[in-house]
Amino acid sequence: MVTLRINGQEYQLEVPHDMPLLWVLRDIVGLTGTKFGCGVALCGACTVHLDGQAIRACITPAANAIGKNLTTIELIGETPIGKKVQQAWLDLEVVQCGYCQSGQIMSAAALLAGNSNPSDADIDAAMSGNICRCGTYQRIRAAIKEAAQIS
Amino acid sequence: MGLEERPHERAIPAVPRRAFLKAGLAFGSGLLLGFSASAPGHGAPMVSNSTPAALAPNAYIRIGRDGQVTLVMPQVEMGQGTYTSISMLIAEELEVRLKQVALQAAPADDRDYRNPLLGLQGTGGSSSVRAMWDPLRRAGAAARLMLITAAAERWHVDPASCRAENAEVVHMPTGQRLSYGALIDLAARLPVPRNVPLKDPKDFRLIGTPAKRVDTPDKVNGKAQFGIDVKIPGMKIATVAACPALGGKLAGVDDSAALAIKGVSQVVRVDDAVAVIAEHMWAALQGLAVLDIDWDEGPNARVSSADILRQMEAASHKSGVVARKEGDLAKAMAGATTRLEAVYQAPFLAHAAMEPMNCTVHVRADGCDVWVGNQVVGRAQATAAEVTGLPRDKVIVYNHLLGGGFGRRLEVDGVTQAVKIAKQVDGPVKVVWTREQDIQHDAYRPYYYDRLVAGLDEQGLPIAWSDRITGSSIMARWYPPGFKYGLDPDAVEGAANPPYGFPNILVEYVRHEQPGMTTGWWRGVGSTHNIFMVESFIDELAAAARRDPVEYRRVLLGRAFDLEAGLDPAATAPWSGPPPDPARVRAVLDLAADEAGWGAALPERRGRGVAVQYAFGTYLAQVAEVSVSKDGEVQVHRVVCAVDCGMIVNPDTVKAQIEGGVIFGLTAALFGEITIRDGRVEQSNFNDYRVLRINEAPTVEVHLIKSSEAPGGIGEVGTVGAAPALTNAIFAATGIRIRRLPVKDQLRSS
Repeated sequence: MVTLRINGQEYQLEVPHDMPLLWVLRDIVGLTGTKFGCGVALCGACTVHLDGQAIRACITPAANAIGKNLTTIELIGETPIGKKVQQAWLDLEVVQCGYCQSGQIMSAAALLAGNSNPSDADIDAAMSGNICRCGTYQRIRAAIKEAAQIS
Repeated sequence: MGLEERPHERAIPAVPRRAFLKAGLAFGSGLLLGFSASAPGHGAPMVSNSTPAALAPNAYIRIGRDGQVTLVMPQVEMGQGTYTSISMLIAEELEVRLKQVALQAAPADDRDYRNPLLGLQGTGGSSSVRAMWDPLRRAGAAARLMLITAAAERWHVDPASCRAENAEVVHMPTGQRLSYGALIDLAARLPVPRNVPLKDPKDFRLIGTPAKRVDTPDKVNGKAQFGIDVKIPGMKIATVAACPALGGKLAGVDDSAALAIKGVSQVVRVDDAVAVIAEHMWAALQGLAVLDIDWDEGPNARVSSADILRQMEAASHKSGVVARKEGDLAKAMAGATTRLEAVYQAPFLAHAAMEPMNCTVHVRADGCDVWVGNQVVGRAQATAAEVTGLPRDKVIVYNHLLGGGFGRRLEVDGVTQAVKIAKQVDGPVKVVWTREQDIQHDAYRPYYYDRLVAGLDEQGLPIAWSDRITGSSIMARWYPPGFKYGLDPDAVEGAANPPYGFPNILVEYVRHEQPGMTTGWWRGVGSTHNIFMVESFIDELAAAARRDPVEYRRVLLGRAFDLEAGLDPAATAPWSGPPPDPARVRAVLDLAADEAGWGAALPERRGRGVAVQYAFGTYLAQVAEVSVSKDGEVQVHRVVCAVDCGMIVNPDTVKAQIEGGVIFGLTAALFGEITIRDGRVEQSNFNDYRVLRINEAPTVEVHLIKSSEAPGGIGEVGTVGAAPALTNAIFAATGIRIRRLPVKDQLRSS
């Protein structure tokens, strides 16, 4: 039994301690906005926030989240920064297939939480772990800058 | 797809109104994207009789008494923006706002939802707007005319005194108005009109304006439902291991350790794979890891890339099937001042869509439900019917958003496998491939080995051109009727019909199937490799003639030769578009060169490269600017594209597709390569099958040319010319000609 606080709600889950959060979220809790892309932290599609830090859910055991706040794409729009990021994504029409975008948005929100005015180099550093196969990178970069300007 | 022949009373697939209303509320936007929101398989079946109260004048449009317009969407959304652009076609002619159109994924139906360009129910070949441009606008116009006629009857006025606007019919002299919903019962009793006039493009109020994509809101908040997100009550999760040696079979498996893992319920054997069925993916993955599998590796267990290459090289010496022959090549070559020869190679490529392959299936005695995101929904249904032995109408396919297609989901191998597994499972099962399975069991873009020869006159202009393409035939496997006289129109696309005229030309195709390799469509299809070969070799000719690459192309484009002289009709792919217009090629070349600052001085080891193409009915030129460090690292700084795709439906989507298409093409050109050793694919995940990342991606500038010509395709064109623009720029920067993709570490010693 693992007790997790996910998007502000407490869950008592019958899962092994070493089960990665990705599968806890998707297959047990039913939050499918967090995506499976590679399984080994190479693509960033599974990015979620653990106490505000962007982490890869595919390699993070459930036990690591005990006693912490886990936030996913489903709730990020309720945070001021997440809301701005989503708005910028809509304004600039960043999305194509959209499969990677949950992870992109979670990485971008974590970046902006710690850096309200990121440079190109900051964006490269924070976002280079998130692959987009549709190649939306320049709009992601522009949307992060726009989100930083939304008051 | 003659709408006119179809009486509206016919039983046609209708959207259960209850379902979309509910879903509309749930989504908040009134838009239903994908089918999953209506809980398919547990509510009303997707195919039902037509609702008497609704107006259903054709396969695409449903209008309810409340005025709700639903488009039964024939094309699938994989990022290319088709849900929006196809909706715009209907909304334009039906005179409703884009937001008033709800979407419903079409059921499997190769007749009503056939793509007329491809000849089956399919989304691919950059064909959606081109294929649906006429039928969808006609569908909207027919419904509009019926509503106008109904209103005129109600008011006892001349229909010509009425017009439709904003989901209402207006009687112009009096200003009376009736909403579409109020006219449905009356309109439904009218015959469906034939020969409906379409709007003059100058009257378009929606087509050509930048519309917000209808699928974006749910893709930024986690609500969008891809195939992999399906949740069916009682559903199990499975993951698979297929025989690592290509074409091998399962000999046996000891599953005792897997079955001992908590959450694992079953291990299922199929002919070439094992699946672990579990409560969740974690248990399935752990179970898979401890299976003791005995493979019968089959005939390809010793195949390697080196063998494949040796065989292709040998095959390329034979003459091939003639795709195009004009003039007297031998004589012209003999009389040439200069003769150039080159061998160009393009590697096997995986698709690596972000959403790994997956398919959810529930097989019962009396039916089969399939939840998937696939580009050929009819084929998905057909394979499920074949595997289960059920009639096709007992197989319901609920198609979902695709987390990338790129041609991978033009295959149904994953559906076939999932149904074979589900037959042995009690209840629904979601089969999810790992990334490693996805990369190692793809339908790969073929390896091509091409020999090019040119003879130049004293001015350095080509008077003779020959191109012999050696590679496997996708068409022969995927669509045998498209493979005629030994000629694969895809394999020679872009080579048999370059936009440059040559007085003497020979283009041949040598079919060479590579042992164990299944080859398939990959974004940009035939053009992607052939434009690399042609535009690189043209660059070589320009260099040999000591002329500027842009100026040299301008000269070639100005030579008045018949661009399709001697072209075998069997060498033209259905999606190729009409013959190229050299003036439009010239216009995109000039615009791209101007915008890129062609000719302006650059620092040492920095260069610009140009590529020009005509593919999918669209003209595109791109200029890449790169630098190459002393130790051979390539950095792409900027890519400038000029595009003429005829009439534009959604300009921002056109730009987005080019931006992304270029990145997709650069990824492949720089890193993309699948290699084989001991019959196995050597790459397995994004560490060794690299994808361009944000810190490596150039800016892509897209300049659109206004045009009133018929629409061209846009989903693949950015990818097509990316490689030659890159490698021509590398040549400009370093003097090194890349003739074999990917670039990878070929510049390391420079």
